[in-house]
Amino acid sequence: MLSAFRILASLALFIAPIALADVFLSTYAAPSANPLLFQNATILTGDGERLDNASLYISNGRIEWIGAGTVTPGTTVVDAAGKWITPGLIDVHSHLGVYPSPGVAAHSDGNEATAPVTAEVWAEHSIWPQDPGFTRALAGGVTTMQILPGSANLFGGRGVTLKNVPSISYQAMKFPNAPHGLKMACGENPKRVYGNRNQAPSTRMGNVAAYRNAWIKAQRYVDDWDRYERAVAEAAAKKDDSSTSMASALLTTTPPKRDLELETLAGALRGEILVHMHCYRADEMLTILDMAQEFGYRVGTFHHGVEAYKIADQLAAEGVCGALWADWWGFKIEAYDGIQENIALVDRPNGGCAIVHSDSSEGIQRLNQEAAKAMLRGNRAGLSIQPERAIRWITSNAAKSLGIDDQTGSLKPGLMADLVLWNQDPFSVYAKALQVYIDGSLSYEQGNPDLNPKSDFELGQLMGVTP
Amino acid sequence: MRNLFLSVVLLLSSGITSAESLLIANASLIERDSSSDVTHDILISDGVISRIAEDLTETPADNVIDAAGRPVTSAFFAGITALGLTEIGMVSDTVDSQLMDLYTGLIHPEFDVRDAFNPHSSAIPVTRIEGFGYTLLAASPGDRPLSGHGSLVRLDGGYNSFEGVPVMYANVDGAAGDKLGGSRAASWMLLNAIFAELTTPDKDLKLITPQGKSALSAAKKNGIFIFRAHRASDIVRVLAFASEYNLQAVISGGQEAWIVRQPLARAKVPVIINALDNLPQSFDALGARLDNAALLHEAGVTVLFTSGETHNARKLRQVVGNAVAHGLPHKTALAAMTSIPASLFGGIERSLQSGSRADLVIWSGDPLDVTSAADSVIIGGALDTMQSRQTKLLQRYLSEEPNKGRAYINP
Repeated sequence: MLSAFRILASLALFIAPIALADVFLSTYAAPSANPLLFQNATILTGDGERLDNASLYISNGRIEWIGAGTVTPGTTVVDAAGKWITPGLIDVHSHLGVYPSPGVAAHSDGNEATAPVTAEVWAEHSIWPQDPGFTRALAGGVTTMQILPGSANLFGGRGVTLKNVPSISYQAMKFPNAPHGLKMACGENPKRVYGNRNQAPSTRMGNVAAYRNAWIKAQRYVDDWDRYERAVAEAAAKKDDSSTSMASALLTTTPPKRDLELETLAGALRGEILVHMHCYRADEMLTILDMAQEFGYRVGTFHHGVEAYKIADQLAAEGVCGALWADWWGFKIEAYDGIQENIALVDRPNGGCAIVHSDSSEGIQRLNQEAAKAMLRGNRAGLSIQPERAIRWITSNAAKSLGIDDQTGSLKPGLMADLVLWNQDPFSVYAKALQVYIDGSLSYEQGNPDLNPKSDFELGQLMGVTP
Repeated sequence: MRNLFLSVVLLLSSGITSAESLLIANASLIERDSSSDVTHDILISDGVISRIAEDLTETPADNVIDAAGRPVTSAFFAGITALGLTEIGMVSDTVDSQLMDLYTGLIHPEFDVRDAFNPHSSAIPVTRIEGFGYTLLAASPGDRPLSGHGSLVRLDGGYNSFEGVPVMYANVDGAAGDKLGGSRAASWMLLNAIFAELTTPDKDLKLITPQGKSALSAAKKNGIFIFRAHRASDIVRVLAFASEYNLQAVISGGQEAWIVRQPLARAKVPVIINALDNLPQSFDALGARLDNAALLHEAGVTVLFTSGETHNARKLRQVVGNAVAHGLPHKTALAAMTSIPASLFGGIERSLQSGSRADLVIWSGDPLDVTSAADSVIIGGALDTMQSRQTKLLQRYLSEEPNKGRAYINP
């Protein structure tokens, strides 16, 4: 009986391909932390509210209450008068670890640019946890980030969401239970990379044909596994003893052959893997939305979307987020129409989901400044965007894009106590993160050498040099 | 006569409206004193600041703008850029800032990027309306130890708005050495050989042409040599080289310049940095840190700034704001954005004094903060229209969906 159960347990793993994604598991465990009460702070909750002269209580790594409530004896009290509190910042588009510093050729692990469809690769398998960029991002208040493969390929592979905790493994950084992302790319990059090698795709129409061919294969793969699951279920239903019948059904029904590439695509079709689509031009984004309709999947977020402002209403209506830059433009022709009001205009319609992303080891350190620039441009264009609204672009909207908004990204009771204590209004070039908390644990403190993590790489460099 | 005609057409087409005299009232002159509540009036005539005083409202002027206490500064320096030398980064036939794979195999200090300058590039109004009046044209690092020369240029839409002395670019960092036989010592080997040819008869030149020799001689005589270097040891090597050949040197990049700030100060060699560089992005930059500017300034080194960006050159305000956030005095930072680059590279004086060229900006707030922007830009005494390709795109798409297509909205 025991052995039959064991067989059942091991075979059950093979029933649904998505169950197979439960590998390379997160080993992150939040360190225990004392309860903390912040008082007299200006609080931006991350989901649209601003509270002045307010209190926030965190305990057991969670937000307990905001405003008023009871406090455990022994709670540490932090007077945050004159200071601001926001949720920990979230970057939905980073290549830290996969394109780390120093950027030597042997560290260039972000693009498996050997075939246009490489949905089988996972960015986490390229991450170098010792990238000093993680520590710099932490000093900028970033507590969560998605590490994506690059954009050379139509399907670049899986992205992974990390907690920004210094670790010797990416597993110890993996955000518990966060869905994987699927990185896809429109436009110039795939057609340039492969067209230059005289192989498909070399045109935008070639891009779309190749996406569709891949989705057709993935649909068949989903069907094959669904059929298999049904066959197992039907065979099992014929017998009385349910555990032995299930075991024999599994043994007598041949499963489809696993395919890593199609497992990822199937996960996206099933909605279990979130689609992150690198796309600049408005017309291309609309083509992609039509294609998503054809295959019945959702585009979660367009990344870069330099022309997203041209289709802000459509994006809002479809519930698609735009992860955008404040002011990048002109580095290639598909980025020629960039305007500084892009983020504010994508945010404008009801249901608009604007996100400030970095795609940069510099930008990820200053998401607050990037958001400030976007807010300023919106306001100068006649919109009225307050800090409590703009903070959503680097907190709750980003969390929504990553499928973790029920866990972090806003200061709601029950959510992870990921937060930043700022020296002032964070929307300024002079704002600095004084303290950064991850799951209630103080992970960074400005000016405190004991709370300024350093990567192995940086130890012992420039011996003898002092400021 | 033809030149005169051209300049008239230019004024009309560059979006800068001409004005005989202009009074900017109630300006906060933060370059002088950011803490003072006293405002000043600035009278501009014939493109030049004619008077600055606490009250000039009795003085007749054709146009008056009330700054209402907002900061007014000289128009900013945009850093070392390829503005007017590139339209789109990855469209190679629009990129003219870099000499690469030239068939001669020689070194060409005479490569003058100004010959490629296009004042109608869309990136120029995009940059100008953010408060930037001039830039230093880059001869970007190619595959030679000297990548050519440029100079300052005003972002006023003129074909010949160049200013100052020739600025020669030398590249002696690890990336340059990698392209030159695999060693940064090869950069020095070649630079020594090139400079030795300055005294070689033209017919015996091996590495440079007679034109290159003239260009190099001219730059040595009255120009500036910008050495791209990050590593402390490379910077020390630059100081020795500049001293040996009696060159006026400037370090660009300089991520580890803070380590050798004392020798830099003694040699009076300025450093142009990107104040956001704080990662060991290469083994040349293991010492990169956010207070590089502050440490250099405290040691007496002149600090200038560049963002490394061309299309987004406007980001330089934010770059410099971060230097201030990490210890550089605000007033020093403003000087680094206005008067210092002009005087270092031999341009027209840019300061708030009578007689100075009237390239000015009225800011909505602190010009080094991301919370403010340029409200008005005045170039050569004329108010800019504050229009660019990007403001037109905004105007087209800002309105609610029109009955006809947006192609019919032509702002």
